[in-house]
Amino acid sequence: MNILRKKSAANLPFSETVIETLIRLCGFSCIIFVFGIFFFVFREGAGFLFNGLDLGQFLTSPEWYPTSLSNKRYGTFALILGTLSVTALAMCIAVPFGLGAAIFVSEFCSPKLRETFKIIIELLAAIPSVVWGFIGLTLMNQLIIAVFNAPIGLTMLNGSIMLALMSVPIIVSIAEDALKAVPDSYREAAEALGATRWQVIYRVLLPAAKNGLLAAVLLGAARSIGETMAVLMATGHSVNIPSGPLSWIRTLTATIAAELGEVARGAEHYQVLFIIGVLLFTITFVVNLIADLVIKGIRQQ
Amino acid sequence: MQKYSRTGYTIIGILVVVACGFVITGCSPKDGESTAGEAAAQVIIKNKGSDTMVNLAQAWAERYIDVTSTASVEVSGGGSGTGVAALINGTVDIANCSRQIKPKELEQATQNTGKVPQEFIVGYDALAVYVHHDTPLNKITIPQLAEIYGEDGTITKWSDLGIAHEDCPSDKIIRISRQSNSGTYFYFREALLGKTRDFELGSLDLHGSKDVVEVIGRTPCAIGYSGMGYATSHVKMLEVAIADGAPYYAPSLENVLAKTYPIARPLYMYSLGEPTGEVKAYLDWILSAEGQKIVEKLGFVPLASN
Repeated sequence: MNILRKKSAANLPFSETVIETLIRLCGFSCIIFVFGIFFFVFREGAGFLFNGLDLGQFLTSPEWYPTSLSNKRYGTFALILGTLSVTALAMCIAVPFGLGAAIFVSEFCSPKLRETFKIIIELLAAIPSVVWGFIGLTLMNQLIIAVFNAPIGLTMLNGSIMLALMSVPIIVSIAEDALKAVPDSYREAAEALGATRWQVIYRVLLPAAKNGLLAAVLLGAARSIGETMAVLMATGHSVNIPSGPLSWIRTLTATIAAELGEVARGAEHYQVLFIIGVLLFTITFVVNLIADLVIKGIRQQ
Repeated sequence: MQKYSRTGYTIIGILVVVACGFVITGCSPKDGESTAGEAAAQVIIKNKGSDTMVNLAQAWAERYIDVTSTASVEVSGGGSGTGVAALINGTVDIANCSRQIKPKELEQATQNTGKVPQEFIVGYDALAVYVHHDTPLNKITIPQLAEIYGEDGTITKWSDLGIAHEDCPSDKIIRISRQSNSGTYFYFREALLGKTRDFELGSLDLHGSKDVVEVIGRTPCAIGYSGMGYATSHVKMLEVAIADGAPYYAPSLENVLAKTYPIARPLYMYSLGEPTGEVKAYLDWILSAEGQKIVEKLGFVPLASN
C-alpha cells in the first residue's frame, strides 16, 4: 500500500485525487455532525441556562411543573433518578442474559448453530423501539398485573424489561467478539492443565476478556439511557421518585419526547427541554467515553 | 488490482449519487415553486390562535386543499391570546379561540381595524371523566375532582369518595393525566383548579387521548380524563356536577349543546368583519357536514347536526 502511494504521489491521476478528497470529506463529516448537533442543542438552551435557570433546583428538586400558571418549577431530580434506576434495573436483567448468551455462542455452539444464533440476535436488534413500547403497553402490562398483583403494569420493571431486551443484542455481539479475541492457546493451556470447561471460562476466559465485556455492558447501558419511545410507553411516564421496581417513573428522554412537540419555540420550557438534552448528551458521552477507554485498554494488552 | 478499482469506483459512484440526493432535497425547490406558480390565482387565508384547536385547524386546512384550488390556509398556534392579538392588529383573517373574546378585545379590534370581529362556534371541546367499568362509582363533583388531582389534595383513596372498590385492593386512586403541555391538560386543570393551583405530581401522564382510555380500561384503580369520543366498553364515563349539591349531568352531545355538562367549552373562530369571498367559503365549509366530520374525527364534539 505504501509503495503504491509513493508511486502515485508524484504522478497522481485526477480521479484518485477526487476519490481521496471525497472519502476524506466523509470522514470529517461525522465529526462536523456530532459537534453541529451538540452546538445546536446547547445554543437552544444556552439563553435560559446562563440567565434565569436555577441550576441547583434543576438538578436537585423533584418538582417538574413546566406549565404551571402560578409557579413554574423546573426540577429534574425525579427524572434523572428515573433514567438511572430504569437503566440500572435493565442492566441487572440484561447483563446475565447477554453475557450468558455470548459465552454460549462463543464457547459451546457448533459453528452452524452459531450462525443461526447471530442472525436471530441481529433480528432482535432490528425491532423498532416503538414496537417494544407497544408490547410493554399491552402484553407486559397485563403480565405484570397478573404476576405481581400490581394495580397497574406500566412500571419501572416493565420499562427495564423492554430496555433489557433492546440492549441484549448489543451486549451479546460485542461480548462475543471480546471472547473470540482471547487466543486459543489460553484455552488449550487451561485444558491441558486439566481444567473443566466451566473452569476454563470462569478462571481464564472471563478475566482475559474482562475489558471487552465491560465495554459491551457500558454500550448496552448507553443504549438504555438514550432510549425514548419504549420507556415513554412502558414506564407510566409519571414524575415520581422511584421507590421500587413496581413504582411508575418518568425518564429524561421521555420528557423531551412528550413535551417538545407542543411547546412554543424559544419559550423557557422549550429551552429547559434542550438543557435536558445537554444533560443527556453529557451522560451518554461519559458512558461512551468510559467504554472507549476500556476498549482501548484491550487493544494495548 | 482490476477488481479493487472497480469496487472503488462503484462505491464512489454510490456516494456521489447519495450526496447529490442530499443536495437536491436539501434545497428543495418545492415551496418556492408552488408559491411562484400559483400565487396569482391563490388566496392565502391566515389562521392563527388556540393551541387546543391547532391540530383541528391543521386538519381542516389539509383537507381544504382537496376542496378548492383557489385558496389555501396557513395555520399557526401560539394560544388563544396570540390569535386575538393578531386579530386586533389585523394580521390574520381568522383567529382560533378556545374561549370567548373579551369585550375589551372586541372594542380594541373594532377601533384598530374598523371592522367588528364576527364570532363562529365551530365545535365543542368536552372532556369525560373515565373510570374502569367495574368501579362502583357513577357520579362525581368538580370539587371532588379538584381534591383528587390538585396539589396536596385530600382525596387519595377510593374510600375517601365513600365507595368500597373491591377490584382495587390497594384502595389507592391511580390518577391518569396527560403530558403537561397538551391543551386537554390545560383545560382540565383550569376547569378543576382555576389558574392558581397545580396538579399533584405522580399521575401517569400519557401521550394521547386514546392511551388514557386504553390504560383505564385495563386498570380498575384508575381515574382519568379524555375526549368524549374515545369511550370503549371497558370504561365508564362519570356524570359530573359543577358543585356539591348541584345536579349531575352525563357527558352526552345533548348536555354539551345545552351547556349543562360542566367540563365542556365551545371552540370559536373569529373573522375580521363579516366574512367575504374565500374566507366566507372556508368558514361555510368548516360548518358544513364535511368540516364537522373532521371535528368528530379529532375527538371534539361537532355542532348539532341539522
